[in-house]
Amino acid sequence: MATAPLDQGLLLAAILFALGLAGVLVRRNLLFMLMSLEVMLNAAGIAFIVAGARWASPDGQIMFILVLTFAATEVSVGLALILLMHRRITTLDADAGDRLRG
Amino acid sequence: MNATFEISAIVAVLATLMMITRPSAVHALLYLTVSLLAAALVFFVLGAPFAAALEVIIYAGAIMVLFVFVIMMLNIGEAAAAFESTMLKPSAWIGPSVLALLLAIELGSLAVTGGLARPAGSVVGAQAVGIALVGPYMLAVEIASFLLLAGLVAAFHLGRSVTRGD
Repeated sequence: MATAPLDQGLLLAAILFALGLAGVLVRRNLLFMLMSLEVMLNAAGIAFIVAGARWASPDGQIMFILVLTFAATEVSVGLALILLMHRRITTLDADAGDRLRG
Repeated sequence: MNATFEISAIVAVLATLMMITRPSAVHALLYLTVSLLAAALVFFVLGAPFAAALEVIIYAGAIMVLFVFVIMMLNIGEAAAAFESTMLKPSAWIGPSVLALLLAIELGSLAVTGGLARPAGSVVGAQAVGIALVGPYMLAVEIASFLLLAGLVAAFHLGRSVTRGD
């Protein structure tokens, strides 16, 4: 039984997280920012799975399921907010939504 | 087996890199889906088949469908028809298709060589996850259900005020 590639898995998670963070910082369209947030959450899930595989315990997969639950909730609420913003001010520019009573 | 992991990881990084640089939302969504599928293959290689199945069904399935719904709701009208014709050009779908084909070749070679039966790490199957989930992690499951309920209520409330349009 070969050992699980811990270093490479954590490196993959770090790269994906950095790419997602870059997406959130660079893009100004709210839809792209939400997608980049998904990438970041997925990277966190990969880190959990890699750690769980290293010690051959189900804890990593359970934390991944919790991350998955959180991601689903976050996407549903975020997309509802995006639809609401598109109705109100007809743009998805994150910089345009800087007033509380737009 | 290590080569499978590395190719999947490279595909995931490439697809994510393409995703954050695409100007069109649907193109970015295609690349994001490929990235999630590559992550699912990584999970499988690491010996987590249950997490791999959840990644495909929930992430690449349900959450991406939510994104597609919202994108389709946002560009209604004649701009959508012009956009549809651009989507049918090969330059729109050739990139994600090639990356997804790489993943399919990997999965196929695993199936042919019998690698599906022996991942790199020790396998933690769905049964072990389920036993831990209703055992020591019962409270976490309850908290997750509360979170889902809160998300349901919030999405319903926000969606209702959209249709009312005050």
